[in-house]
This record gives sequence, C-alpha cells and structure tokens, in this order.
Amino acid sequence: MTEPILVPILDVSDLCVSYGKVEALHHVSLKVQPGQIVTVIGPNGAGKTTLLAAIMGVLPFGSGEVRYQGEVYRHIDIEQMVARGMTLVPEKRELFGEMSVADNLLLGAFMRRRLGFRDEQQTLDKVYSIFPRLKERHQQMAGTLSGGERQMLAVGRALMAQPKILMLDEPSLGLAPLIVREIFRVISDLRALGVAILLVEQNARAALQVSDYGYVLETGEIALAGESDALADDPKVVEAYLGLGGRKD
Amino acid sequence: MRSLLAPGPILGVFLVLLVLGPQFLPEFHITLLNYIGLYALVALGLVLLTGVGGLTSFGQAAFVGLGAYATAWLTTATNLPAWMGLLANPWGGLVAGMVVTALVALLLGLLTLRLSGHYLPLGTIAWGISLYFLFGNLEFLGGHTGISGIPSLSLAGFELRDGRHYYYLIWLVLLMAVWLTRNLLDSRAGRSIRALKGGVVMAEAMGVDTGRAKLVIFVLAALFACLSGWLYAHLQRFVNPTPFGLHIGIEYLFMAVIGGAAHVWGALVGAAVITILKQWLQDLLPQLFGATGNFEVIAFGLLMIVVLHRARDGLWPWLARWVPEQKSALAGRLREAEPLPRRAVPSGGTRLLEVKDAVKQFGGLLANDRMNLAVSAGEILALIGPNGAGKSTLFNLITGVDPPTSGEVHFLGEAVAGLNSRTIARMGMSRTFQHVRLLAGMTVLENVALGAHMRGRHGVPVAMLHLERGEELRLLAEAARQCERVGLGMHLDDAAGSLPLGKQRIVEIARALAADPCLLLLDEPAAGLRFLEKQALAELLKQLRAEGMGVLLVEHDMEFVMDLADRVVVMEFGKKIAEGLPHEVQIDPAVIEAYLGGVE
Amino acid sequence: MDLQIALLLGQDGIVNGAIYALLSLALVLVFAVTRVIFIPQGEFVAYGALTLASLQAGQAPGTLWLLLGLGVAVTAIDAPHAWRQGSRQLAGLVARQLVYPLVMIGLVFGAAGAAPKDWPLLLQVLLALAVVVPLGPQLYRVAFQPIAEAPVLILLIVAVALHLALVGLGLLFFGAEGSRTPAFSEAAFEVGGLTITGQSLWVVGASAVLIVALYIFFGRSLYGKALRATAINRSGARLMGISTTLAGKLTFLLAAAIGALSGILIAPITTIYYDTGFLVGLKGFVGAIIGGLVSYPVAAAGALLVGLLESFSSFYASAFKEVIVFTLIIPVLVWRSLTSRHVEEEE
Repeated sequence: MTEPILVPILDVSDLCVSYGKVEALHHVSLKVQPGQIVTVIGPNGAGKTTLLAAIMGVLPFGSGEVRYQGEVYRHIDIEQMVARGMTLVPEKRELFGEMSVADNLLLGAFMRRRLGFRDEQQTLDKVYSIFPRLKERHQQMAGTLSGGERQMLAVGRALMAQPKILMLDEPSLGLAPLIVREIFRVISDLRALGVAILLVEQNARAALQVSDYGYVLETGEIALAGESDALADDPKVVEAYLGLGGRKD
Repeated sequence: MRSLLAPGPILGVFLVLLVLGPQFLPEFHITLLNYIGLYALVALGLVLLTGVGGLTSFGQAAFVGLGAYATAWLTTATNLPAWMGLLANPWGGLVAGMVVTALVALLLGLLTLRLSGHYLPLGTIAWGISLYFLFGNLEFLGGHTGISGIPSLSLAGFELRDGRHYYYLIWLVLLMAVWLTRNLLDSRAGRSIRALKGGVVMAEAMGVDTGRAKLVIFVLAALFACLSGWLYAHLQRFVNPTPFGLHIGIEYLFMAVIGGAAHVWGALVGAAVITILKQWLQDLLPQLFGATGNFEVIAFGLLMIVVLHRARDGLWPWLARWVPEQKSALAGRLREAEPLPRRAVPSGGTRLLEVKDAVKQFGGLLANDRMNLAVSAGEILALIGPNGAGKSTLFNLITGVDPPTSGEVHFLGEAVAGLNSRTIARMGMSRTFQHVRLLAGMTVLENVALGAHMRGRHGVPVAMLHLERGEELRLLAEAARQCERVGLGMHLDDAAGSLPLGKQRIVEIARALAADPCLLLLDEPAAGLRFLEKQALAELLKQLRAEGMGVLLVEHDMEFVMDLADRVVVMEFGKKIAEGLPHEVQIDPAVIEAYLGGVE
Repeated sequence: MDLQIALLLGQDGIVNGAIYALLSLALVLVFAVTRVIFIPQGEFVAYGALTLASLQAGQAPGTLWLLLGLGVAVTAIDAPHAWRQGSRQLAGLVARQLVYPLVMIGLVFGAAGAAPKDWPLLLQVLLALAVVVPLGPQLYRVAFQPIAEAPVLILLIVAVALHLALVGLGLLFFGAEGSRTPAFSEAAFEVGGLTITGQSLWVVGASAVLIVALYIFFGRSLYGKALRATAINRSGARLMGISTTLAGKLTFLLAAAIGALSGILIAPITTIYYDTGFLVGLKGFVGAIIGGLVSYPVAAAGALLVGLLESFSSFYASAFKEVIVFTLIIPVLVWRSLTSRHVEEEE
C-alpha cells in the first residue's frame, strides 16, 4: 500500500475525548485526503459521533490535535470551521422543522453570505439538481418531510455552504434500504465535485462500498484500518459487530 | 490527616455564643440578629424548596405577609364575630395564619406545580405581586398604612417586651426548624424529596409520588415563611405591606442562593450576609451617591450575577470545607438491622412479562410496530437492534413512562398498559436507565436506599421528628446489603457522582435490586465497564437468574449478550425481525443485514 | 356604565394593550432564542422614556454613563480574544464599545453645535434610542453570554438579579420623581362623541408598524431567519455558523429597541417613574405566558386582552386593578397545565 504524497485536508492525531471521567475516544488518529471518501465504521457506542463532534468543535477534546487545511487546532470554534469550509450533517439531522425547505437551504449558506459571497442561488440550483425532490417540496415545512427527504435536506443544507470537507454522521440511520441506496449514490457522486467526505456509519457494507479508505472504531479506539475493499472482506469487521469473536466454541 | 475541627464542637461553640450573645452585644446588634433569624427561617424554606427540591419561588414574602397579617388582624380587630373570639390572641393568630397559609399554598401549589420548569417561578412572581397589592388595598387590613397596636407575645405568663426577649424566641424557633429540616432530609421521605432533582421519570420509577413530594415542600416552605411573619408582627407590633412585596421575595431567594441553597446552614449564612450587607450599604450608598433610596439593590443584583457565574452553589460549600461531614448516626448499626420482608418470589418459568402487539406511534412515525415478547421468571432475555430500532420506546411502554398507542402489556398476569410507572414499579418491576440517573451529590448508600423507597411507609411528620429510625435503619441496611452484593461495599459513603460511569451503572443496578423486584429491566448496563467488571456483572446477573429473577436486557455489547442471554429478540424499524437462542440469532441473515447493511 | 364610558375604556385598553403586545413579542423572542426569561424588559421601557425626558430637560441622562461603563467592561472582557483575532477585530471592539459611547456623550453635551434640548423631537428620540438600545447587547455580553448554556432557572434568576440592579441604577440616574414628555401630536379627533387623542393614534400606529416590521424581518431577512432557526434548533443553527453569541446579542438589541421605543411612546400618556417599567413589562409577560412563551400572535392577542382587562377593572374596582391583572395569570397557567403535555426538562 502506498501513501499518496498529497497533503491531507484533515489530519487528526492522537485525539482523546472524555465525558467527565469516562474516556470516549482514546488516541484516535485518521487522515482524509482532498477529494477522498473516508469512512469510520463501528458498532453502536464506539465513539463515532463523538469523533465528528470533536473535529467540528461541538465538543472540546482533552489532548491531541486536529490539522485542517494545514492549520493546527487544539481548541476548535464551530463558526470558524464552518467559515473555513467544514460542515457536519449530524446524526439527528437538526433541521429547522417549522421553516420551509427553501429557508432551511438558504440558512445553509448563512456563513457564506456573512463572508460576503452572493452565490447562493447558483448553489441552490445545484442542490436542487442533485435532489429534485427538494425542489418539488421547497415550500413545505421541513418538519413534515419523510425520513428520507429529511436526510436529503440535511445533506443539501450542508452542501449550500460549498464545503471543502463534508462530514456525515450515520446518514443511513433509520432509513429504509431503498433510500439508503439513494443517499449513498449521492455520496459517491459528490466525489466528482471534489468534496472530501468523512463518513461515519454503522452500515459497514454500504459505507465500505462507496469509500476509498476505512477505519473501524471499537470502544473509542481505532481497531482496524485499511483500503475499503480490503476491509470489506476482513472477517474481523463482522466479529467487531456481532461479537462472534468472544464465543468459546 | 484528621481535621481539628469536628462538627459537634463547632455547633456547640455556635450555640454557646448564641445563648450568651445578648449578655454583651449592644441593642443594635441584637436587632440585627433578630432580623437575621427571621429571614433565615424564610430562606430555610427556600433551601428545602429550591436547593433540595429544585423549585424556584420569588413569592415567599407574600406568605410571610399572610402570617403577619393574620395575627395582626385577629389581635387588633374590634368587631370580630363571636365565634372567632377564641382566635383573637397571638396563638389564635398563629393557628389561623398557618391554616390560611397552608390552604393558599396548597391551592397555588396544585395550580402551578404541575407545570414544568419556569412556569412556577413566573407564577410566584404573579401571585407575589397580587397578594402584595391585596394587602395594600383591603380596608380591614389597614390599606397601605397597615395595622398598628399589635400586642406583644406572652409565654407562660412571661411577657416578651423587648428585642432581647424576642431574640431567644426567634433563635429557638429557627434552630427547631433547622433541626426538623435536617431530620427530614436525612430520612426516607427526605430522600424522595431530594430525588426530585434527579428528574420525574427516575423518581417515579423508584415509586416516589413526585407531585405530592413537590406539594409537601411547597407547603412546608410557605409555613416556615408564615411562622417568620407571625414572629415579625409581634416583634414589630406593627405591619404594613412594604416588607411583603415582590422585591423582598426576591431578596429571600438571593439569601438562599448566596448562602448555598442546597444546605440547611446555607440559609443562615445567606440571611446573615444579605442582612449585614444591606445594613452597611444602606448607610454607605446614599452618602456616596448624595441621594436617598434603596441603592443596595444594585449591589445585590450584581453580587447575585457574580455568584451565579462563578459559584453557583453559594458560600456554604466553601465554608463547609473546614468542617468534616458528619456521618449518619445509623451508619455504625447497619449490621444489627432486621432484614426487610421480601416479596413472594414467582416460581421458575412463571410468565412475568408479556407484550402483545404493542404499537407506539409518534406523529407519522411508528416507533414500535406490533412488538411481541415475553419474559419468564429465571430467564434473561436480551433485546438488541441497531440504533433507533425502537428499543428505548419499548422500554418506556413496559415501564409505564409512555402509554402504548395500542396493544397490551401484561405484568404478573395483570394488564398494565396505561398505568403510571409508579404503580407498575410497586408491582415488582425495577429498571435502570441508559443515561445514568443518580443523584450525584448523594452517597452511594443513599442512592441505593432510594430504590427501597416502596418498602418503607413513614411520611414527612414522623421523619421530621426522627421517630422512624427503626424503619430507616432497616432501609439503609437493605441498601448496604445490595451494595455489597454488587461489589460496591467499598463505596458506601462516596458521592455517587465521584464514581466512574461504569460503577455508576452498577449503583443503578443495586438501586433497582433494593426495591426487591421480580423483574429487572436493564438498559445498557455494560456500557463503559472494563472487561473484569463486565465479567462480574455477568456473574451477578446469572446469580439473580438462578434465584428466579426475570431480566430484560438492552445491550450493545454483543459478546456480553451472547454469553449471558437465554434468548435474544432482535428489533429493527420498530419491528421484531428475529427471536431465538443467541447462536441462532448471530447467524440469522436478517440480523446480519440489519447490523452490517444489505448485501447487494 | 354607558357606551360612552365603555368606548373610552376600550380605547385606553387598546392603547396600553398595544404596548404590552410589543413587549410580549420581545419577551417571546428573547426566550425562544436565548432561553432567558427577560424580566428586565420593563427597565428598557423606563430607561427609554426617562432618557428622552432628561435630554428634553437639558440634563445628561445617567444611562449615558452606563453605556460607557458597560463599554469599558465589555472591552476588558473581549480585548484578549479580539487581540488574537487580529487588529481589525480589536479596532472594531474599541470603536463599538469605547468610541461610540464617547461620541454619544459628546452629542449630549452639545458637540453637534446645539444641546439636544433644542433639537427637534425626532432627533431627540433617535438620540435617546442610540443611548439606550446598545445597552441590550452589552448586558447580554456581560450577564448572559458567560452562562449561555445554563439551565433556564439559572438564567431566570440572573434575569431577576439584573432587573434589581437596573431598577436601583434607574433610581440613581433619574431620581424618585416621575417624568412625562410632551405629546408627539396635540391633535384630537371627535368620533361619534368619543375623543381620540393624536398620541393614542401614535401609540397604536407605531406599534402596528413595528409589529409588521418585525414580521417582515423574521419572514424575509437572512438574519431574521437565522434568529428563528436558532430558536427552533440551536445546535442545527450553530452547525450553519450562526453562533449563539451572535443570535443572543441581536435578540437583546431588538428587545432593548422594542422596550425603549415603547417607553418613549407611552411617556406622553402616563408619568414614568424609575420603577414603572417593571409592572408594564410584567403585563407584557402575562400576554407572553398566555402565548406559552412560544406563540407570537397568541402572545400579542393576550397582551391586548390584558390591556382591556386592566382598563375595565380600573373602572369597576380601581384599587384591585393590579390584583385582577396578575391573578389572571393563574387561570392561564391552569389552562396551560391542562393543555400542554408534561415534558421533562433534561438539565
């Protein structure tokens, strides 16, 4: 395996996060190259959501550092990261339920507008072309959308910020298989736009199918890492999920 | 190192100084101490209400007013109807004031305590103003001029004529109130009040009637305020509406918060600090500003903001660092206690829990779709499934936190769907919480004793007098026994919040066991445990199973589940997708797909 | 009571109710965005009215010194952070928090050539607003921003403490005597035997305009939408780069503006004392609570109802006017408790 010589857009090293006395992440390191899709998979409670929250600045981290676009951060300010092109689609979607789809999308471009850009209309057209369903429903309240449409809106809203790196937390959670397939198709299409993606998923098989590189997180530590194709065939992944490794027979 | 300061001697010195005070203090200081005592009595009620119970009131001054006006009117009115003649003296005034206050508090409490969070304090602001304007506008209460000529008190023929006489009465009453409050907090009834801060869901799951507990402390706090008002009226021998306005009510709350709202002695410290500060500022500020007015409120406001920014627990915890915590007198006698009676254990194989076609709908979302499962005595059933599969919702349906939209839940053969969680808990179902809900500041022993709440019966009045020590000892002994059993024997006196999260989960299990259940519901008990701790937990659960307990377990740690469970139910999208023995479920293609995603 | 009196009382009720409605909207807004139950809302009413009265009397209002004092405090707190962000940030901070108050002081003391006492009314009003309104975001910075994540109850106690401090400062700044400012308009209209004063039309008209302006701000503008987004879902809003601090300051700016303007509008109708604002604000509160602290239209309608109830009860039982208005809150709370599902607040 040869490491690309590119400078990673995101380089997390030795990240530790604790909730009170409980350590949720233990010396986690990972890299994302520009235009690459990297996935972090692992069973429930492994610390996947915590990892994204720490990188985004939603949670403070105890030790370690995050290097983003060449700059080192030891304390992260969410607004600053948004301004620098990092966006997170959280597990709970966090939509503005009592606002229209169009307004939700517009607010996705809030930081760009603050920074003086006036190109949200073009971005909006692009998002609508990716998710035609959102265009059809642009006047509908976000709270009345179906589960799949909500996820599309959450992703669409994040794209309105024209991110350099998009972090997705369990985009398939609670969605029916058909919609999961559509979401993953969009994720793999985004690569063509040059957006780097850090994808956190419980749905290991789908995630490894679309990604270039994968990490397996287990109880706060990276247990396995490798090219996604190789991980997909690694029996240890199944063990990590279903506890087959612990059986005595 | 042992501290040189022990709580006993400190209290002794304090009491001696208190008794001797009037011998050498000037009149002015006695007056100040009288006011500190009166204010501390009101603040003490707020400690119970706000600091312990988590309910905020800005309206206590109005209750002080009720106590003061009741006695003022009864002892001065000249045209009382004949049947009220018996009440036309200070003692009648006290009784009447207490009765009226209790009734008003009961009414206001019933109206506002049902509302969560911030509505209660807003309500207290509103009726604080209402009662104030009422005092000032009722003609028979003297309007804004008030009532004068209130007689002094006589105790056993001795007339209390000046401040020095009242000093002893006020401080005696205050110390009695402190004693009663401390007794209450250190009891079964007190634990149920302290449990309010752990959230309604947790407290109700322990069998605590939270609505009643809130009402009790609300009325008690009002009665303390009323008593203070009665003393005030006879000390001043004159009342008008001014000291019962909203701003004074706010000051009472400030006293409690600045002193340390969670501590009985915090009321005294807070009352002293604010009273002395007020005295000093009322002299200083008008000189400084060259104008007259209540400028001290500027300082109080700023002080309060600083305290809430920097030291939300007030001054007392800071002072208390110098005084070691006194252990309960019962702590040394736990071994001699007679065990509590136990529930009849259903014989092995008895069907304990049966969920039939349970449906739970939130708006358009079907969180549980015709779920079925059953747990028998002496069996461990594991409920697994990916995030968001609806396991927690099902837990809530079974335990009565949320009623099912349709379908049935049977526990011990009785239909329990729609019953509240308190009633279901009483029938013998105990649970732990996914997000640990312990009272972080309470010891492990007290937290676990809360679980045994339903096995005691003595209420507030008995607890205030500590006439329930026998029962309390048995409850604590039971709690200690459960702690030993789960391996927490070393931590009985540690604050629950100081333990690592994994251990806190074990405390939750001990608390559930203290209720003597026949069915145990565990929500992710192994999360955050180390390998050896997990093994110990598994051993414990196996032992409980052997004793005939039924266990329903939600858990993500598959190794743990597969080794332990007798049967496994797998959920996805609110539905049961598989059920069977652990090794069957593990190789079930539907389960693998649910966890790892579809194979295309 | 005959129709004549009823109409008169109704007019009074609507005029006061319009002010309560404005305040109730501000209260709902502040609570929705910051979770602060903004008890000091009424102090802005008094500060606005009394600052204008001071300017008209040719005195320097005490609020001017508060503006400077808070400016110094905010500069002291924020300077280290701004310094790290770069010299532009620091210059902006100094301009907003130090230079601006000094300019206001200059204007009050006649730096513009004439003392504000001799200015036209409109300019006097604008100057009063320019002095009072920035206190809103300043107070947010000092009192609430450091504890923005605290439970609602802690925020409420801080709000009450702030109210107390501001009332005391009001007494210090303006003294115990009340003030009444000249009417915006001396016109009076005779409609069917009922006299309608120009000032009451001003109050109702200005309130209506302000409500429409707020409606447009929240419905159309990016920042208005950003505030709504914060109110609906804070964490979602933060992920869009809408910071809690920005939203908090903007909200307090609006609340201060609404409060000060309300005070300036009613100052010609009622005598305003340093502590008048509290009761006025609380009546707005009764309206806000009728709206459950979430619904703007219901809050405004509730506030109007409070105004009418107050005006009619002052006719029937004038001594018990306040008792009646504040006791109204009890049935409202009962109704709320019966209709709203109990949701446990996770602290």
